[in-house]
Amino acid sequence: MTLTRRDVENIAHLARLEITEAELPVYVGSLSAILAFVEQLSGAATADVVPMAHPLEGQVQPLREDCVTESDRREAFQANAPAVEAGLYLVPKVIE
Amino acid sequence: MSLHLSTAAELGRGIAARKYSSVEVARHFLDRIGRSGPGLNAFVTVTGERALEDARRADARVARGEGGPLTGVPLAHKDIFCTAGILTSCGSRMLSNFVAPYDATVVERLDAAGMVLLGKTNMDEFAMGSSNETSYYGPVKNPWDTARVPGGSSGGSAAAVAARIAPVATGTDTGGSIRQPGALTGLTGFKPTYGRVSRYGMIAFASSLDQAGVLAQSAEDAALVLAAMAGHDPRDSTSVATPVPDYTAALARPLKGLRIGIISEFFGEGLDAGTGAAVRAAIDAFRAEGATVEELSLPNLPLSVPTYYVVAPAECSSNLSRYDGVRFGHRCKDPKDLLDLYKRTRGEGFGAEVKRRIMTGTYVLSAGYYDAYYLKAQKVRSLINDDFRRAFAKVDVLMGPTAPTPAFRIGAKTDDPILMYLNDIYTIGANLAGLPAVSVPCGLVDGLPVGLQIIGPHFAEERLLGAAHAWQRATDWHRRLPPAFA
Repeated sequence: MTLTRRDVENIAHLARLEITEAELPVYVGSLSAILAFVEQLSGAATADVVPMAHPLEGQVQPLREDCVTESDRREAFQANAPAVEAGLYLVPKVIE
Repeated sequence: MSLHLSTAAELGRGIAARKYSSVEVARHFLDRIGRSGPGLNAFVTVTGERALEDARRADARVARGEGGPLTGVPLAHKDIFCTAGILTSCGSRMLSNFVAPYDATVVERLDAAGMVLLGKTNMDEFAMGSSNETSYYGPVKNPWDTARVPGGSSGGSAAAVAARIAPVATGTDTGGSIRQPGALTGLTGFKPTYGRVSRYGMIAFASSLDQAGVLAQSAEDAALVLAAMAGHDPRDSTSVATPVPDYTAALARPLKGLRIGIISEFFGEGLDAGTGAAVRAAIDAFRAEGATVEELSLPNLPLSVPTYYVVAPAECSSNLSRYDGVRFGHRCKDPKDLLDLYKRTRGEGFGAEVKRRIMTGTYVLSAGYYDAYYLKAQKVRSLINDDFRRAFAKVDVLMGPTAPTPAFRIGAKTDDPILMYLNDIYTIGANLAGLPAVSVPCGLVDGLPVGLQIIGPHFAEERLLGAAHAWQRATDWHRRLPPAFA
């Protein structure tokens, strides 16, 4: 699998990553190499194999009572935010 | 004073017997960190004042007769665990300004055991790396040879314990990140069963693989710390409710009758001859002590690395989508719109390897490629899991090398991601199957430590600790120190 510059630009866009002109050829090379490397999986016979998503068999998602267990710590959490105002997170204007 | 030559268990006994105080011990290690920490680049943050406060509290607790085996013993946390009020960087520029608002469960539990926090250790960015060269805070050096890597991603924890500037440290293991640095620095690196230790407050990389564990001087230290860390946590939905057995009692398990399987696929091409010989000799020693040994083939295991490099990047691309410059972490300057905010924040905040893995994951999950890559990898993961299950029907534990070579030179593999990924060729299988595994030191090759890996079935921690401890009673590899730090 060989990726083109256009492919990598598209992947970077989907991943919301800005990639510089200088980085682009490096990623074209290394991502192509990684995809070529994982290509060996296609040789494995997996016709009737059930895909494994979780390492522990029979593990079920535990459920708990739907009740409030957390206290309000908005100020503490927002202390890490780059920009807040009146308890709200600030982002660039989204709707014109 | 040679307090640093004591294991964590020995320090705990010394403090309990009032031979020395926790404050004295903390000062001793802080002093060693001050002298050797910067050269090794093992710590991102040293919490000197906090350590002394913790130590004073531990001494008071011991004086009241309320201490446990770890009360007053210092430790370092990998900087992937959230520590309330302390920078929690995950080795990334993205979180280089992130002061965690709460403690991870692991941090909370070891704190409750009375352990003393020395600081937060350097690591590969977001735990993605096998050499500790991807950290925003720069590479960590191996105390055995500072021109070489300590392994990764828990390389700061490994270097700190190997240099005895911390008696014990936490780590996380997604594809070998505890065991491989353990092997490369001469430590006991223990990765428990998936779900055995809570991941609440442990920054996520690949959620079907990540597990917390410990980098220790001995199996006994690993047992003590693991006993304090493990157990169900309602705040982590993947944490299992299975009761935690008595890990220290498990240390006394005899080797006689232990059925050992040697993974034949782990002794093929790519294994350094000296490493292979040391591991073979160690397995022979187990046989001499009354264990039985047979060679087994796990034919799908060679597909571990390609399987991992689909599954782990896929999960990472999803987990790391939370870093958007809005609620916490780095934000780019003057974003012109929301898309620009996301792209530049993430482009600037993540390093090259993290971006590579996010893009790999984005690609294998994208429309038209999902079945060919991600679903296929999950099926091969099933085959690998079946190989392990068949093997454990015949033997109690599996053994082989932890890493293919001793520590390599800083910079030797940074230009070739595939070459770097192959460092984890022997460790990834246990992560894919969720198995517990430990690396124990079993020799020196050209003055550099090598590790024997012991893998067990799910929740067989006791068996691994028993085997590792028996090995350490018979040998002294785990008590060898890097000459410059003795």
